[in-house]
Amino acid sequence: MENRTEIGMNRTGMQVSPLQMKKMEEVTKLTQPSSEGDADALAALRATYIQEADPLGSVPPPATVKGVAKTGMQMLGGKRPQVFLDKLGERLAFERGGTRLYDALIGKCALPQEGPEVVSLEKLRHFREDEAQHFALVRDCIVQLGGDPTAQTPCANLAGIEAMGLMQVVTDPKTTVVQSLHAILVAELADNAAWEELVMLAREMGQEEMAARFEEAAGHEREHLDHIKAWHLEATLQEANARAH
Amino acid sequence: MPTKLFSTAGTPIERQKFTWKDLVQKPISKLDDDAFTRVRIILMNGVEAEAVRFQHACARMNPDLQLALAQVRRKEHHQATMVNWLLGADHSTLETTIGYEQVAIEVTASVAQTEPDPYLAQVYRFGLLEDFDHMYRYSALMDRLEGKDANNILQSYTDILPGRPTVDEHRDPENDLRAPYDRTSTQPLSKLHALTIMSGEQQTHNFYMNVGPTYADPVARQLYAEIASIEEQHITQYESIIDPRESWLEKWLLHEACEVYNYYGCVQSEGNPRIKAIWERMLDYELGHLALVRRIFEEVEGRDAAEILPDAIPEPIKFESQRDYVRKVLAEEVDLRADGPDFVLRKDEPANSLAYREQMNSGGSPSQTVAAGYRWAPGTELNLKVVNY
Repeated sequence: MENRTEIGMNRTGMQVSPLQMKKMEEVTKLTQPSSEGDADALAALRATYIQEADPLGSVPPPATVKGVAKTGMQMLGGKRPQVFLDKLGERLAFERGGTRLYDALIGKCALPQEGPEVVSLEKLRHFREDEAQHFALVRDCIVQLGGDPTAQTPCANLAGIEAMGLMQVVTDPKTTVVQSLHAILVAELADNAAWEELVMLAREMGQEEMAARFEEAAGHEREHLDHIKAWHLEATLQEANARAH
Repeated sequence: MPTKLFSTAGTPIERQKFTWKDLVQKPISKLDDDAFTRVRIILMNGVEAEAVRFQHACARMNPDLQLALAQVRRKEHHQATMVNWLLGADHSTLETTIGYEQVAIEVTASVAQTEPDPYLAQVYRFGLLEDFDHMYRYSALMDRLEGKDANNILQSYTDILPGRPTVDEHRDPENDLRAPYDRTSTQPLSKLHALTIMSGEQQTHNFYMNVGPTYADPVARQLYAEIASIEEQHITQYESIIDPRESWLEKWLLHEACEVYNYYGCVQSEGNPRIKAIWERMLDYELGHLALVRRIFEEVEGRDAAEILPDAIPEPIKFESQRDYVRKVLAEEVDLRADGPDFVLRKDEPANSLAYREQMNSGGSPSQTVAAGYRWAPGTELNLKVVNY
């Protein structure tokens, strides 16, 4: 795989063919729309569906059997535990998917190749392990609260949808290491914000011990973000400054 | 390439072999490959998909042919896989959709100009102006949903303009049926054209029905539902021009000839050497199928396949911009409507179509909504509207 950005025969723009471009430029003037209005018409149609929509789904009820730890659901009196469980489900899904995202990037970086050498494979493997550990941490917290860590909650479902594009970028054999790193950067930016939020949410729910463990995870994620951001910047600058072949 | 191509032996079926790596090759570049390479891929996937569907139907009605059909169909299926998997994953579903409509416009326009039968040429022009409008509606959706310019896919070969408005394309089924050609007197090229266009429309219908529900946006879900309904009408139209009195074996022979004809056209026009090599290989495979079916046909029906197939391969479909022709047809025929198998002026459209349309559009028209006031502009409509920063 070519691991560099090159000038080539990109055919998507108008300037590729000046003759065809002139013809396409006539199109705007030739158009007589068959209905009046503008893009707001889409919003109006969407509004009718939004008003009628059912929710994505629900959070499964936590177990109420005896023996749920003291730190469990009964400690959340007066709060809405489903919100906490939903966000825990989201983090679980994101960390599990993040582990696989790192697996794909590690596979790509482990190949002999031209291009940026700023990425440390050892660090990437370490980050991958962190993500897997975070998955296990959240799983244990859900169990501790009497929740079902195998269930897909609404926010967990959306975490998967949000990550679909990232997975497509990293696993595409055509994408370079730097292009893949950018997808990981997007993931880590979201992950950082999410862990900070989860710490605050755990405190709000009176789960101080969990909050402390989430603080620790948030620290790992800050480290990931700092490295990924720096690697991406450095690799991009390196490529821009490299002498042309 | 020999003019007596239909008589060439090709690759014998027992030597047609694949591996999974073979089936899943490097995709084309969405950015750098010519748009007509994508057009050929989408068209040939449709032609292969029709081969598979036809052979299944044939097997259900002809127990004596089941083994030969199963053997050939396995190859067709793997050919379809190899061809369809050439599309890169960096195409959004809407970008692939724009590619499908470019196929419908450019290929149908080329066919309409070389079709020897004037009535059939009229049928193609009629369908062409409807697919032309779909391009405009999907381009509006792409612009307003994804913020992307459909011309990145079209590469300036194809106009983005309203055609016969999709809102007016909904007809009573009676007015989608056309008069079939006569199998005994129609030129072979007409038969190959009809199969090609029907295959393309059928695959387009399959595609829209599969991807429509993958959108979250209700506007997109409605637009795909509406245009898929027109594609269903188009399949009805195009299958009805094919003579139903052709025997099963005659139809199978024509299907194989259609595949040969189209791969031959791909070989002639392809500029990407790696993809051209695939078209050459597929052409040889299809010649192998044709030779096999020719033997079965002659043995079972006791007549010469040369009665059905032409001596020389007809002029292939042109994979190039048909902009001027399409603009001319648009100016002259956009107001035509269908009355049974005939084409009439808008004022004479039958009441059953008007009633059906009124019912379908009574809760609003997705295609009118998505393109409300829409004018395509280079770099999306935001390029027209956002001038201050």
